Amino acid sequence: MADIGAVIDNSSVIVCCGSGGVGKTTTAAVLGLEAARLGRRAVVVTIDPARRLADALGLVDGLAAEPQRIELGPRAGDAPNGELWAMMLDTATTFDGLVVRHASDPDQVERILTNPLYRNMAGAMSGTQEYMAAETLHTLHGDDRFDLVIVDTPPSRNALDFLEAPGVLARFLDHRAFKLLMLPTKGGLRVLGAAAQPILKAIGRVVGSDVLADAVAFFQAFAGMESGFRDRADEVVALIRAPETAFVIVASPRHDTISEAVWFAEQLVDQQVDISAAIINRAQPAFGEGTAADARAAAKAATGELAALWDNVADLRTLREAEHEVISPLGDAVGHDRVALLPLLDSDVHDLDGLHTIADHLFGRS
Amino acid sequence: MPPEHESPLQSLTATNVVIVAGKGGVGKTTVTAVIARAASRDGRRVLVVELDGKPTLDELLRNDGGGDGDDPSGGMLEVVHISAADALDEYLRDHGFQRIAKRLNKTGVIDMVGTAAPGIDDVVVLGKIKQYEQSGDYDVIVVDGPAAGHAITFLTSATGLANAVRSGPVRTQSDGVIELLTDAERCQVVLVTLPETTPVNEVVETAFALEDDVGVQLGPIVVNAVDDGAALPDIAAQDAVLQGMAADVADAIRDAAAFRRSRRAMESTEIKRLAREMPLTQLRLPARLVAGLTSADIDLMADVLAESEAASAADRG
Repeated sequence: MADIGAVIDNSSVIVCCGSGGVGKTTTAAVLGLEAARLGRRAVVVTIDPARRLADALGLVDGLAAEPQRIELGPRAGDAPNGELWAMMLDTATTFDGLVVRHASDPDQVERILTNPLYRNMAGAMSGTQEYMAAETLHTLHGDDRFDLVIVDTPPSRNALDFLEAPGVLARFLDHRAFKLLMLPTKGGLRVLGAAAQPILKAIGRVVGSDVLADAVAFFQAFAGMESGFRDRADEVVALIRAPETAFVIVASPRHDTISEAVWFAEQLVDQQVDISAAIINRAQPAFGEGTAADARAAAKAATGELAALWDNVADLRTLREAEHEVISPLGDAVGHDRVALLPLLDSDVHDLDGLHTIADHLFGRS
Repeated sequence: MPPEHESPLQSLTATNVVIVAGKGGVGKTTVTAVIARAASRDGRRVLVVELDGKPTLDELLRNDGGGDGDDPSGGMLEVVHISAADALDEYLRDHGFQRIAKRLNKTGVIDMVGTAAPGIDDVVVLGKIKQYEQSGDYDVIVVDGPAAGHAITFLTSATGLANAVRSGPVRTQSDGVIELLTDAERCQVVLVTLPETTPVNEVVETAFALEDDVGVQLGPIVVNAVDDGAALPDIAAQDAVLQGMAADVADAIRDAAAFRRSRRAMESTEIKRLAREMPLTQLRLPARLVAGLTSADIDLMADVLAESEAASAADRG
């Protein structure tokens, strides 16, 4: 079993990644809870948590975008200095903050923040969420209130989205198309350079001239901020790749999510990013010694109620054995001693008590 | 509301387009495959649309009887993959970007169009689905939709775009897509969930959001992976038969039974709560004792779906 306690001890940033629906938010919260128990001052940044988990983490509407201190309750152990904080990623507000930081004057801020193209980019462009998650991580890392930042990444098919998003967005803002748009320094479309015109005309035909005018206005307003954005993006990427940052892959014990997790792991390894642990959520617990076949044979040899009871043991062991078989390739990819299984509980996990129960399993207290 | 005499399979495939939606991990792709397989066995011509670039549906719907995916009943089953980026690229080339096509990617114009008109890629994908619908080549098109959060963005993309763009080909495209999505005769959304607390909460939220924001017809709701295994004896009977058995073995048997009873009690509570909070026809697909489904499991579940008339009618109300 992986030593997740050591991962918590040795890191100042933990990135939880994995495909959608595998329990990344729950896992991030459990790691945060354990870190607080170990005396760390941990902050968990979550993205779109299920409502009841958000409630459990104190992320009530309107308060969510600032870190909230969570009351740990009687099961938290007795580390006197441990703290757990949580916050929800607010993509658009974080992006606005970057604009304010890099703009030269309030007028430039105003022109950018009110531009429709900018609002679309801050709210909905692909990669923005990853970039802002990384940006938030960087900000919290520099905040004295915390000594461990745990971030739950947006669901993604591609592990590198999170690593690459800051660079991709910085490049977008520095794109050749916009250099073309920037050619006219005054007067809008009529005086554009000849090279740009066919493209712009075609864009205008498809999306309409209003939309095009917004784009031109945005890139004019943005002029001069490109290098500031690029430098900041470089810093963020450097922190994500620093040795103090641990990557934890989260998966469920199903063939398709394990395949995705293996793919994530291979991509990260290719990039020389070390994977500290793979956490498999909702794994079937073990019931007694012996195999599914043993239990099935016992059921066949028995009758009536006893046969039904043995069949039940056989069913649960069948599922557990199937899960262990599909998990195996992930162990091959990240190292079998780095894989940790969290058991499926007999009820749903959506409150602090459930998180404590999972933490007790993960850290061998049950 | 579908007429009472319709079987669950008939109501699931009553519209030309069926969009299957649900949060990651609930088995959306499984349900897509099961509906498609059951409908093709029923003699329908079925197109499955996959949007994520994953090969799973091809594997799950791998033909079991030779030939090119057709069923002996005369039904037909095809899988098509549509990627938003490719669809947008193709759309732009078809609308005046042909001459400068080579420069599109290099200059980042596609990125910019996607940002300037958010939702355009989703609308272009929905537009392609509409083209398949209009072609008349298929009786039913089953779409493995995006995960719940994105399902709402995906389905509201056309309305958003229509508000931003007042004329031109994109506007025409958006209007056509809105017409398809809001026509209860042509399109419905089938929501998928698991019999657990958080998935039920989320599917109820999604259902209300879809009805309010998109005006789309909601079809039956599918509860996936329901434990329908054999009944367990009650505690008194259990204690009686375990008497005299080695303590560790008896404990393992007792713990396993308690675990399963407790999971089943939760499932049953959540299924009832879902019926109370979401007055839609509810269909249930059985959990399988595997950690990854194969085409054989899909075939079996398609049989369950095709035969589920009596069970589902008896359970209702």
